[in-house]
Amino acid sequence: MPEAKSNLRITDEGNAKMVEFVDRKILDELTITQIGERLSELVASEPNPRLLLNFKNVEHLSSAALGMLITLDRQVKEKQGRLKLSNIRPQILEVFKITRLNRLFEIYESAEEAIQSY
Amino acid sequence: MIELEIPSDLGAAQAAEEQILHAIEARGYRSEAAFAIRLSLEEAITNAIKHGNKGDRNKRLYLRYSVDDEKAVICVADEGSGFDPKGVPDPTAPGRLSMPNGRGIMLMRAYMDEVEYTGRGNEVRLVKKKN
Repeated sequence: MPEAKSNLRITDEGNAKMVEFVDRKILDELTITQIGERLSELVASEPNPRLLLNFKNVEHLSSAALGMLITLDRQVKEKQGRLKLSNIRPQILEVFKITRLNRLFEIYESAEEAIQSY
Repeated sequence: MIELEIPSDLGAAQAAEEQILHAIEARGYRSEAAFAIRLSLEEAITNAIKHGNKGDRNKRLYLRYSVDDEKAVICVADEGSGFDPKGVPDPTAPGRLSMPNGRGIMLMRAYMDEVEYTGRGNEVRLVKKKN
């Protein structure tokens, strides 16, 4: 059975698991639900999840995606883990600033910087 | 205005969104404007499918749009009973920042030049100026 097309690339970076979004757009609810389920499974499989979400490919993001990230952040914190975000393009960072979610999330300019800070 | 009547589902909505975005790009709107319109259109359609039509695939969405060298006007209507946008709480208010929902209207207002609810509150009219 071929695996379903994945929209996430997950690598072990030693200090943390890094998740890269493959898609340029994280907009519609169906895609977001799939991504959210996969990330929740990842969080559930780790005792103290250290998760870095790398947004380098992401050009579009909707409020539903922000909702998914908030839910994920809560799940990570419930397990005394840490969720960090990196490589967010200025246009997308603006979405976080407008909604003031830049205050809720730990955001780093680069993945290297984020991984070193765990 | 160009009128589109589509089923209340994401696949049909995506095709309509691409049609509208294509018109925006063909008119030479800047990428910032295209970004703003894509985001706002996505939010408006998601609200219409989820909250307006309550996920009922038998219901329809009604899109109207016009794009010229001055502005893009896009109207998204659903078959719902409508709502009062003033009743939606500020998602950046203390205690609400960690709520997963309720940011769509705020983003539309931030990115569009005009956001207006018309009819019985079941239609949103979005306006983005070209320059």
